[in-house]
Amino acid sequence: MARRRLLIVTGKGGVGKTSVTAAIAIAAARGGAKVLACEMDGSGRLAASLGSPPVGFEPSTIALDDTIAVDAMSMDTERALREYVRLFVKIPFADRVGSLARIFDYVADAAPGVREILAIGKVCHEVRRDNYDLVVVDAESTGHVVSQIDAPRAMSEFVHSGVIAEQTGWMSEILEDAERTGVVVVTVAEGLPVSETGELIDTITGRTGVSVASVIVNRVPEAGLDRDSVKALTSARDRGVPSAAAVLAAAERADRASGVLGDLLGVAGDGVAGAVLPEIDFADDEAMIAAGLAEQVEALVAHLTNDAGGADE
Amino acid sequence: MSDSGRDTVERLLAEREVLLVCGPGGVGKTTTAASLAVRAASTGRRVLAITVDPARRLADALGLDGDGRVDLPGGGTLESIMVDTRDGWDDLVWRLSPDEASAEALIADPLYRNLTDRFARSHDYLALEAVYERHLSGDYDLIVVDTPPARHALDVIDAPDRMREFFASRLARLLTSPGRSRLAALASRGFDLVADVILGARFLRDITTFFDLFIALEPEFVRRAGGVERLLRSDRTAFIAVTTPEPNPMRETREFATELVARRHTLDLVVANRAPMPVAVDELIDGLDKLDAQRRESIRVVADRLARSADTRRTRLTGLALDTPVLEVPESSIEPVTVDALAELSGTWR
Repeated sequence: MARRRLLIVTGKGGVGKTSVTAAIAIAAARGGAKVLACEMDGSGRLAASLGSPPVGFEPSTIALDDTIAVDAMSMDTERALREYVRLFVKIPFADRVGSLARIFDYVADAAPGVREILAIGKVCHEVRRDNYDLVVVDAESTGHVVSQIDAPRAMSEFVHSGVIAEQTGWMSEILEDAERTGVVVVTVAEGLPVSETGELIDTITGRTGVSVASVIVNRVPEAGLDRDSVKALTSARDRGVPSAAAVLAAAERADRASGVLGDLLGVAGDGVAGAVLPEIDFADDEAMIAAGLAEQVEALVAHLTNDAGGADE
Repeated sequence: MSDSGRDTVERLLAEREVLLVCGPGGVGKTTTAASLAVRAASTGRRVLAITVDPARRLADALGLDGDGRVDLPGGGTLESIMVDTRDGWDDLVWRLSPDEASAEALIADPLYRNLTDRFARSHDYLALEAVYERHLSGDYDLIVVDTPPARHALDVIDAPDRMREFFASRLARLLTSPGRSRLAALASRGFDLVADVILGARFLRDITTFFDLFIALEPEFVRRAGGVERLLRSDRTAFIAVTTPEPNPMRETREFATELVARRHTLDLVVANRAPMPVAVDELIDGLDKLDAQRRESIRVVADRLARSADTRRTRLTGLALDTPVLEVPESSIEPVTVDALAELSGTWR
């Protein structure tokens, strides 16, 4: 059974990827794990979901309550480059290059994959350093995540010398080990997101060496109603009874979710864990949403990260 | 109510020539762009819808196959195109190169393909190029642009400046200065240190060759970037921010509005999708017939939950507090995937 150390959370924009990432981090911490949560886009939204102001490149500890805490960091590729150079290149110039940011921008714009590999490389470095039981990443959304997780492999074909070429091997080893690393794909149960999610799962499994560990259908309204109730609501809607259409729509969305999950798990293949998460619609802010979701993902997180979990596989 | 969202959107659709539809991912931006395009076409304008975000399919949302075109009653037309990074670059290189030989050399360069496929954010500039080119053509009365998600939407707006800055940069000069000794001359410079250490010297040589070819495009690039910039700043162009009444999109919309103002642009309209509709719980329960008490109760529980959710979203929407008119679009139970359904959607605008 897998004991995953690195979970990379992705999905189409707006499906609640950041809330799910925070929820996984919180649930793992509650389960006793030492967790690093990493946001890739520097937007501060992951930190906000953990109830904290924006965090920096150096991990900061966020106390969730008196006993539970999560470390969080925000990816900064220029800082990652400095760290690389310091760790792997024995020339002490890095700190003396004043306008490294500007130069770096040009290099990174000109050379495809540099930003991606520095970002994913930093994440892999944290896994290899072994300071944490679990590193959970709020990754780029559909469209960009593949170039990010596949960067070490792509780079090793493209660049043949220099620090990056030397470093791609161990990164690929971590990323492509299904026992240690898994992608968590998040979607909502609506047409366009579902078809894009199916394509994303296909691309990840087909084009990268990284495995999909879990598929999550998020924001499902808690509106399960039986057939007779739906019939009565339909008749009421047709007679123009106010709000019947709205309740019916919510019931249909709830009903659609399990079918969607089944279809996507079919695309993902055997051994991929699925979950349906409710819409947290009472929350005033992102932290409340993540805290609400954390309770819902506890079993899933235990399954993904414990040797003992997944006995039913 | 002279500045209601409804009046504002009709005025923008009638008067402007370019609508830049911006917003974070997942708020229904593509559908909004499509419904705006359909609405304008239904009033008789010749409309082009352009999608910039490679992960989205405006053509799908419009129910069109590929570069389809529909004629609407009233003389309006609607076309849509998707900006494709690779073809877009080839096209641009052919148009901007001083002569055929330099265009061919650049397109044949091995690094060119790799760079243009993945040149960070290059599709932003290509999209604006496409808008500019079509706008100049005079074939359309209105161009509706479905831009990439919010942080990148600003990249779109900044793209002309960045492109000019790139050509004017010391890096471009260094990489393209004549003479074989330039690599040696570069050796002491930061770019070389960084590039060589992380990428290796061979890559640096390849990239130098590429830039030699690429720099030939400069004069036309810089001239057109200026034209694009002027179009964005003129009152022919309107900026529309799409959002939903959820914590993150609301925050991002406020930030986007602030950033736009900092760049001396005006936000003309906010479109709020999934706008809350009041839920009449008691009327609904009274309106059900022939249903046992237990099922009535479970329907009431769901309706109550929806009512609370609607209240929460109303509070968030009210809290947006921008000086921009807001057009509210209630959540629809079906995804509009045809021109007719999109036309119906504009009937729900409030």
